[in-house]
Amino acid sequence: MLFETIAKLIAERTECDQNEVKMESTFTELGIDSLDTVELLMSLEDALGQEIELDQKVETVGDLVEFIQSKTQE
Amino acid sequence: MLKGKTAIISGASRGIGAAVAERLASLGADVALIYGENAAAAAEVEERCRVYGGKAESYRCDVAHFDAVKETVKRIRADFGAVHLLVNNAGITKDGLIATMSEADYDRVLDVNLKGAFNLIRHCTGLFLRSREGCIINIASVSGLMGNAGQANYSASKAGLIGLTKSVARELAPRGVRCNAVAPGFIRTDMTGQLTAQSQHMLEQIPLGTAGSPEDVAEAVAYLATARYVTGEVLKVDGGLAM
Repeated sequence: MLFETIAKLIAERTECDQNEVKMESTFTELGIDSLDTVELLMSLEDALGQEIELDQKVETVGDLVEFIQSKTQE
Repeated sequence: MLKGKTAIISGASRGIGAAVAERLASLGADVALIYGENAAAAAEVEERCRVYGGKAESYRCDVAHFDAVKETVKRIRADFGAVHLLVNNAGITKDGLIATMSEADYDRVLDVNLKGAFNLIRHCTGLFLRSREGCIINIASVSGLMGNAGQANYSASKAGLIGLTKSVARELAPRGVRCNAVAPGFIRTDMTGQLTAQSQHMLEQIPLGTAGSPEDVAEAVAYLATARYVTGEVLKVDGGLAM
C-alpha cells in the first residue's frame, strides 16, 4: 500500500510508468535527486496525513518504504 | 505588489523588524510577526500593519529553540494557510572584548542571530518547496563583513548568516526559492542606542555622514522581496561604510 503510494508519486514526478518503479530501484536510477527526495517526502506527508522527519539517507525506494514504516510504528 | 502573500518577520516588535513588517504590509502582504518578549510593542506593530488592509498576527517565540520555532511555524501555517516570505531579523548584541567575553554571551548571540535564522529557514523550507515559491531575506550586518572591535560574537553570527544565505540560495534556486541578505550599517534603533561611546567615531567613518533609519533597511527588504532575478546577494545599506 505504502509502496504503491510512493511508486505513484514517483511516476507522476518523473513521468515514467508506475510499473518501472521497483523496491530495489535507486532514486538516482529514477532520475530523482536529493532535493526531489525531500519534495517527494512532503507529497507523502500530505498523502499520508502524517509528519515524516527524514533523518537518514535513503538510496532506494525500498529504503524509503522501510524508513516510513519504522516511523509509523513509533 | 505582495497582495495574497504571507510574510514571517522575526524580531518584529521594534526597530528594523517593525519597519520591515510595516513596509511589507504596505505592499499588500499579510504579516506574521515573531517577537521575543515585548507583547505590547508587537501588538502596536500589528495595528500599524492592519491599516493597510492585510492580516497581521503576532507570535511569541524564542527563535533559538528548534522545537519552539517548529510549533510557531505550524501555528502560522494554520492561521495564514501558506508562507511565501521569511525575513530573519531577530538579533541581539552582548558586546565585549574577546579577551573577556563569557562563553554564555558568545553562545546566546550565536543562538539567536545565527541558529535562529537556521531554525526558521529549516521549518519554512518545506512550505516553500511545496508551493514552489519562496523568498528568504536574512538581516546580516556590515559587522559581518568588516568585523567590529568588541563584537566578536555578533560579527561571527552575522558573517555566518552571509554564508548561510549563499548556501541556501544555491540549494533552493533550482526550485525557484530565493535567499538574500541585507547588511545594514549604523542604523538608529534601540540596539545601537547602547553604543553611545563609539557612536560619534562611527558616524565620522560613514561616507554619507549620517546614520540610517530602520525604514532605509525596510526599503532594501522590499526590493529583495520582489527582485525575481536576484539570489545569493548581500545588499549593504550602510551609507557607504563598508565600501
